[in-house]
Amino acid sequence: MKLLRLVFFALVIRPVLLILLGVNLRGREKLPDHGPAVLAANHNSHLDTLTLIALFPLRDLPRIRPVAAMDYFLKNRFLAWFATNIIGILPIDRQGGAKEGANPLQACEDALARGDILILFPEGSRGEPEHLSGFKKGIAHLARGCPEVPVIPIFMHGLGRALPKGSFILVPFNCDIAVGDALFGEEDIAAFMARYEAKMKRLASELHLPVWD
Amino acid sequence: MSMFGELSTVHQVLIGIYALLLVASGIVAVLSRKGVSGADELVARVKSWWWMIGVFTVAILIGPAASVVFLGFLSFLALKEYFSLIPTRRIDREVLLWAYLAVPIQFYWVYSNWYGMFIVFIPVWMFLLLSMVITLRGETEGFLRAVGTYTWGLMITVFALSHLAGLMFLGREIGNPAGGAGLLLFLVFLTQFNDVAQFTWGKMFGRHAIVPKVSPKKTWEGFLGGLATTTLLAVFLGPFLTVMDPLWSAFAGAAIAAAGFIGDVTISALKRDLKVKDSSGLIPGHGGILDRVDSLTYAAPAFFHIIRYFYA
Repeated sequence: MKLLRLVFFALVIRPVLLILLGVNLRGREKLPDHGPAVLAANHNSHLDTLTLIALFPLRDLPRIRPVAAMDYFLKNRFLAWFATNIIGILPIDRQGGAKEGANPLQACEDALARGDILILFPEGSRGEPEHLSGFKKGIAHLARGCPEVPVIPIFMHGLGRALPKGSFILVPFNCDIAVGDALFGEEDIAAFMARYEAKMKRLASELHLPVWD
Repeated sequence: MSMFGELSTVHQVLIGIYALLLVASGIVAVLSRKGVSGADELVARVKSWWWMIGVFTVAILIGPAASVVFLGFLSFLALKEYFSLIPTRRIDREVLLWAYLAVPIQFYWVYSNWYGMFIVFIPVWMFLLLSMVITLRGETEGFLRAVGTYTWGLMITVFALSHLAGLMFLGREIGNPAGGAGLLLFLVFLTQFNDVAQFTWGKMFGRHAIVPKVSPKKTWEGFLGGLATTTLLAVFLGPFLTVMDPLWSAFAGAAIAAAGFIGDVTISALKRDLKVKDSSGLIPGHGGILDRVDSLTYAAPAFFHIIRYFYA
């Protein structure tokens, strides 16, 4: 399965990203060269996860785990197989611990303890393409639980035009990705969220965002 | 026999270009070692030149089919960059696929050497088709902006640039001794050389801006200096790579320099309107594809039609 995932990324995802899409990356040097780390990006398209994974060398592939909602990705057998084995998702329960008192982020914390690089979309779902919606606080809780792990804010733009929610037709567009300086968790959840939000707004303001109306 | 002759002239010029590149690499390496400010940018730029010239060399030496595929791909990248920069309407997402589809078709007309279709396909058929498809989306808000921007982009990035590939076949048709590759090499080398020459003359003597609001660093001194240098180089290269005698070569060289300048400032005007510095970050030290082929968007059709009008 690991081999299949490697082949899929090397022969399908990377060539598609390179030819049909195109990434203008700012701040490549701020991407972590080893785990544990959390990449916290905004979410416009299914392509976001694949594009973020493809920013890393193939040898890091086994370490990179996109955190994804169990209810969406494990809803049918084919999607579940694909999401788990090819994309390599780390499924979490969005409804927040069915069991009383269970930590819904336990799986994430365990993965970070193993030295993995997690991909997290604090907006929750893809929402309206190319439009920042409110961030959920899970990221702040995770950062508080693992205060030594860097949380890297990443602003992405353009993939929502290429493949927005609800569409299956890919239209070639370049996308922009801006990587910011790492943040670290703190006790105050609201303060962490404010810092994260401010970083994301600053990263967005550095990019040329064409009107898409 | 003629095949051997064709390759050898083009080969000699290519060897000259690689020699220039070696010299440039040497100079940049020295600057970088001395720690001159801005040297890193130049290192990246020269390194990218190696890649661009390398790919271009392989494409034209393999033959016309490879050149068409390579130049078609270049055109596609330029169009994609353009669509990524400009304002687009959500409702037009699929409309843009029609525009992309025009790329392989246009380059197929080039490959099949069907001049009549090559010359009307985008200005007539795609122009009307795109306008129709946009109308049928049924949204009038922003209609004029959409038809205007999409068709202009298609003309500049696909129609104009497809003339580069057209040269490969035109050269064969008119019996150019150095073949189509000779014409293409003459145009591309002079255009890129002219960019550098105008930049250098402007840097040294530039005082009077030509269109200050569009491109404050483009001066009369740079333009005229570049034009003179390029014309002079054309006099030597023309008889070597093309059917033209020295006088016609001078005329073609001056036309390439002037058209190249216009292409350059036209793309600058576009970028300035969109408030971006580079069209993308694809080529380190250069910017995007559009930044690199800006001069060619005017120089290629101008040179192609000069040759076709006077020699075909």
